[in-house]
Amino acid sequence: MSTEIDTARAAALLDDAPLAHASLFRFATAGSVDDGKSTLVGRLLHDSKAILADQLDAVARTSADRGFGGSAGGIDLALLTDGLRAEREQGITIDVAYRYFATDRRSFILADCPGHVQYTKNTVTGASTADAVVVLIDARKGVLEQTRRHLSVLQLLRVAHVIVAVNKIDLVDFSESVFREIEADVQQVGRELGLGSDGITDLLVVPVSALDGDNVVERSERTPWYTGPALLEVLETLPAADELESHLESFRFPVQLVIRPQGALAPDAVAGGLDVEAYRDYRAYAGQITEGSVKVGDKVSVLTPGQDPRTTTVTGIDFAGAELTEAVAPQSVALRLADEFDVARGDTIAAAGTVREASADLYAALCWLSPKPLREGAKVLVKHGTRTVQALVRSVSGKLDLATFKLEGASSLELNDIGHAQLRLAAPLPLENYLHHRRTGAFLVIDPLDGNTLAAGLVNDHPGDHEDERYSI
Amino acid sequence: MSIETTNEDLELSVLELDADSPKAAHRASEERASVSKPRGEAVARLSSLDTLESEAIHIIREVVAEFEKPALLFSGGKDSVVMLHLATKAFWPGKVPFPVLHVDTGHNFPEVIDFRDRTVERLGLKLVVGSVQEFIDSGELAERADGTRNPLQTVPLLDAIQRNKFDAVFGGGRRDEDKARAKERILSLRDEFGQWDPRNQRPELWNLYNGRHTVGQHVRAFPISNWTELDVWRYIERENIELPGLYYAHDREVFARDGMWRAVGEVSQPRPDEEVITKTVRYRTVGDMSCTGAVESAAATVRDVVIEVAASTITERGATRADDRISEAAMEDRKKDGYF
Ligand SMILES: Nc1nc2c(ncn2[C@@H]2O[C@H](COP(=O)(O)OP(=O)(O)O)[C@@H](O)[C@H]2O)c(=O)[nH]1
Ligand SMILES: [Mg+2]
Repeated sequence: MSTEIDTARAAALLDDAPLAHASLFRFATAGSVDDGKSTLVGRLLHDSKAILADQLDAVARTSADRGFGGSAGGIDLALLTDGLRAEREQGITIDVAYRYFATDRRSFILADCPGHVQYTKNTVTGASTADAVVVLIDARKGVLEQTRRHLSVLQLLRVAHVIVAVNKIDLVDFSESVFREIEADVQQVGRELGLGSDGITDLLVVPVSALDGDNVVERSERTPWYTGPALLEVLETLPAADELESHLESFRFPVQLVIRPQGALAPDAVAGGLDVEAYRDYRAYAGQITEGSVKVGDKVSVLTPGQDPRTTTVTGIDFAGAELTEAVAPQSVALRLADEFDVARGDTIAAAGTVREASADLYAALCWLSPKPLREGAKVLVKHGTRTVQALVRSVSGKLDLATFKLEGASSLELNDIGHAQLRLAAPLPLENYLHHRRTGAFLVIDPLDGNTLAAGLVNDHPGDHEDERYSI
Repeated sequence: MSIETTNEDLELSVLELDADSPKAAHRASEERASVSKPRGEAVARLSSLDTLESEAIHIIREVVAEFEKPALLFSGGKDSVVMLHLATKAFWPGKVPFPVLHVDTGHNFPEVIDFRDRTVERLGLKLVVGSVQEFIDSGELAERADGTRNPLQTVPLLDAIQRNKFDAVFGGGRRDEDKARAKERILSLRDEFGQWDPRNQRPELWNLYNGRHTVGQHVRAFPISNWTELDVWRYIERENIELPGLYYAHDREVFARDGMWRAVGEVSQPRPDEEVITKTVRYRTVGDMSCTGAVESAAATVRDVVIEVAASTITERGATRADDRISEAAMEDRKKDGYF
């Protein structure tokens, strides 16, 4: 009835410094059914003490009801993430589940992505926001076609860090040779895909037992031949995607809305001493920095579809009453500009001279996520940044065989297919190659009839057009 | 070089690199290309709270930009207070551009109602109230045998949404609260009957939120989906956000029922066999008085609470909400029917 206090955790927290500065890291899991994703997630949560007593009680009760016999005290850790009634009853994961845990160094958001049905849909969804993806392999089975598919999707989605966890290492007697063979196979697939060698992604292989905890949170004595870090150590030290993207000179800021109170100032701000006169003509552009950083005094281009880019200077970066001198992705701020341009939602503010001409021809890879297939000639909506425009599907130019990484001819795309298509947009958009711009190179394809999301789109270069030299690697 | 946020001493060491020169970019990518192992220590540029705050503000602004008539569910509970605080930051120096909506069970703690009214007044907002009591009085809802009114909130909520033609409703739901909520989208479509279809949700990709809906449907938006209870409390501390006093330790007359301490009040009377005692308690959620329990606690300040929450071994719903204990799927069932 009283709140029990775990004094060790409380003491760690009292030393407040690490918590206040811990950064956020997003990762997802992928793997075939029964490779142990849910168990691994449960293990991470359990061993990092993110699971609270009452959750554990509920899971222990259900495990006992079902006669679960595994280790971890007879608790089926997978039950911690299988949240919907249908999932618990069928013992499978249906939908992406988000879980949260923290260590001294980082806060983690984990997307547990189911592997059997609709693995592409779930993996694409989980990977789109992930800084890293952990792909599970059953050590007894090694690299399967499904593994190749997963790695292929992750390479396409440009996930910064791919970590292959060779799971159930306990079931192969912690054999080094089994692990080394799988590791070599993984590296071979990586080379074929460019994963880990394209300068954008990296690829790591770790032997684990999700069930027993070997190399999950702590290095295991049962794998003395493995000298690398445990999985959690890896996750704690990898740079998040935003931390990497700052290396590029590519400030991008899709305008969400214009803040122009025109006298309707917040009463609490006024009560707090806001100078009403000074803010009478206040006008700023609100948005979230998707990439790079911006400083007061920076030259920027305002990109409005159908108009030439207009160049101006940033005169202020506001955040709820604080005037910043600089802001970085993914901060939400409001920018003030030197010139009184007409800037509106859907426009993009970018570092001056770094953006290619807007285009109404969209070449892209589409991850098809809907049971309604894509046909040439279809009318769809494209949501890119803060703008949604109508579009016509001119042609489908092929479909990827994810297992062989080859493009096959196709004129339509079905659920879980990934293919290439050309679309004609009703208005030009500042499209950028997804390979180098994970936000401004991404878009949604939406069904104009029911509003459902049909596909995740990744912008390709126009055929014969080379990506801006500045970003070539 | 540093960003002046309320988290004043955050160093942006990564930016001290000469990140503007193409050479630097090239060098960095070369370094990355050569290795297939971790690229060294990550340098935190933003704290996790800053990142969560920016994500929430982005979501709030998207909804305001794309919907005709949003509203924010405001109960005076800490999650809704944090959401409203984020909204004030999102539109500063302008006013929060939408009304707040409260579903009044008629069993609320009076000090929470008082706090609600003061907050609305301070921010110059419009308050829309949906009343469970009115629905009971008119016979459209029946009091439950167990006296709990939380499950009865759904009907007045949907009624208020329909009557006011709200097409988006901000909720303070967090994915870490419950296993069903863990599968909730940030923008979640509700059909004409307010129902949630967990098996047929739109995939949510990048930070591109798809809020398209047809007439009669509406969208629930959860800007603090990715926050944990500890994040919420740390943010309350950092931002110096005022909460109803109930959240902090105080002496109260209570009695034990269903493994929780219940406050003695008009709607929550002890049975003859239940002994009333005075305890130092606080609340972790401030819902319906008839089903929300207090925990014994000496945490009298926000700092104390942060420490207590970090060290706690019981989740907030498990500890203090009788309505979630009914079955393992209790929350999923209520959400399917249109609950928050
Ligand atoms: N021996 C052993 N069994 C494991 C390990 N990881 C998972 N399992 C078992 O493999 C089965 C499938 O695990 P689950 O987590 O549900 O897989 P998912 O379908 O990928 O989520 C369960 O019976 C687990 O107990 C492991 O490391 N060692
Ligand atoms: Mg599973």
